[in-house]
Amino acid sequence: MSTLDFSTKIASRRFSNPIFTASGCASSGQELSQFFQLSEIGAVVTKSIMTKARNGRITPRMAETPSGMLNSIGLQGPGIDVFLERDIPWLVENNAKVIVSIAGENVDEYGVLARRLRSVQGISAIEVNISCPNVENRGQVFACHPDTASAAIESVRRNIGGELPIIAKLSPDVTDIVEIARSVINAGVDGLALINTLLGMVIDLNTMQPKLGGKTGGLSGPAIRPVAVRAIYQVHQVFPNTPIVGMGGVSNGRDALELVLAGASAVSVGTATFGDPTAVIKIRDELQMLLLERGFSDFRDAIGFAHRASS
Amino acid sequence: MDEKLNQLKINKNAKQIKAEIISNKKVGPYHHMVFAVGDIALSVRPGNFVAISVGGENSASILRRAFAIYRATDKGLLGGTVELVVAPHGSGSKWLCSLNVGDFVDLIGPLGTAFGIPTTPANTMLIGGGYGSAPLFALAEMLKNRGCRVDMVLGASTASKIYAPLEGKRSVSSLTLSTDDGTAGVHGQITESIPRLIREFNTEVIYSCGPMSMLSSINKIAQDFDLVHQCSVEESMACGIGVCMTCVVPVRVEDEIKMLRTCIDGPVMDGAKIIWDKESAIEAISK
Repeated sequence: MSTLDFSTKIASRRFSNPIFTASGCASSGQELSQFFQLSEIGAVVTKSIMTKARNGRITPRMAETPSGMLNSIGLQGPGIDVFLERDIPWLVENNAKVIVSIAGENVDEYGVLARRLRSVQGISAIEVNISCPNVENRGQVFACHPDTASAAIESVRRNIGGELPIIAKLSPDVTDIVEIARSVINAGVDGLALINTLLGMVIDLNTMQPKLGGKTGGLSGPAIRPVAVRAIYQVHQVFPNTPIVGMGGVSNGRDALELVLAGASAVSVGTATFGDPTAVIKIRDELQMLLLERGFSDFRDAIGFAHRASS
Repeated sequence: MDEKLNQLKINKNAKQIKAEIISNKKVGPYHHMVFAVGDIALSVRPGNFVAISVGGENSASILRRAFAIYRATDKGLLGGTVELVVAPHGSGSKWLCSLNVGDFVDLIGPLGTAFGIPTTPANTMLIGGGYGSAPLFALAEMLKNRGCRVDMVLGASTASKIYAPLEGKRSVSSLTLSTDDGTAGVHGQITESIPRLIREFNTEVIYSCGPMSMLSSINKIAQDFDLVHQCSVEESMACGIGVCMTCVVPVRVEDEIKMLRTCIDGPVMDGAKIIWDKESAIEAISK
């Protein structure tokens, strides 16, 4: 049987395989570790952490939609101190490759978080979440404007030092995602995470009011997959040398391969984990089979394959 | 402090299996379903729940559904089993109820916290709303075996919606029914009868399971009488295993308010510590 080099790279860092968890869909890894070894996947992307502990939004925080769901968590988390003291050592002890996702209320908070992370051992990259839709003020979604997006990234770049790769997580809820990508690439990111959830709403017909406590929420799941494929394809076409961590409704190996063909160097699995805690493992194995069936011997040859002229 | 406790509480006994349906019977408006689950049954405690995938492989329903365990048996003819009482309300539960004996479902369990048992015999009252009575029968049996007095109060909108199987009543010292329309037992809301019954039975501990509005009313009564109140809460849940953070309720932890996951720190929680009033909850978490 033919063999496959399943490893991938994001900037300077190598990962044993290209299947990651998605930020916000694996907490800090402990809950999933009773279903599989975290070292079996490419990386654990932790839930976006902020400087202070945060309670998040009021309930209901979830509404199931056809082939998807809305969430309105609002970045609930323990804050960077507890995270560094408790979660990172635990992940390192369990041999997980760790990508730490950070979120800030303002440009300075991103810098403060980067400074806290710069000398922490056992981290493979920083995901800068500038696109969480569950904030009070739409103006706080940095990834909606090229200027605010690059300001947040510059704040991280100035404070991170060293060689820790920076990955900017972008929102598809913009007129031209390529322009946003251009602004963060110019600000010095090493990679992009595409896509965050799309802003949505469900109205409850019994109460005749928005179903979520926070009224709006982020739409995820298979319903958004074509949007992810489109965004990855568009950005990879213009910036083929910037690695992309693709995500958006991936629930099997076929979906993962679709994102890879569009241009993703790695694929994060999010909402599928809610339905099946071992989804990441199944998707990893299915993707491997699909690549072998198509004659690939190196995973990296499949990245962006859809951009090649068909013969 | 609680962080350490949380780590211990993550569902260490939970397993993901393909569980065969070995019985599916309609009981009034509900379905009583039995699943072959092997060893999982060994670690089930009253109050735990299971999370089941619904809709089949190509379903547009991508999230699991959580069901309180009615009963678990670790050594029947078919090995370990768990039993559920399912109300076919939404598309997911309707799909589950439509399955046949011999079909398999993807099931994770046991999940969540269990009802705490008094260390010395006590007078207990178990209050269930609708099919919320389901997890209370196994609890009643356990309490009775520990020498507790068990008074059960079951309520629903109408008689047919009270779930009270014959075998479930064996462990109960008294059973009071209450319906909103008066078709069975006391005519009125379940909570109207509770203060009188607490006085009559010298109740020391209350256990409850049902809609949040009912639990909230019971909690007020428990506080008036200064009783311990353990309640099994429900909040919209996406994963059931602690990763999604959607199923939280505001809970007082020492001098702070925290949004705790009902799938890890619940579903059974200390009623006195939950912030029941929505306005206070909003105020508390926005600080």
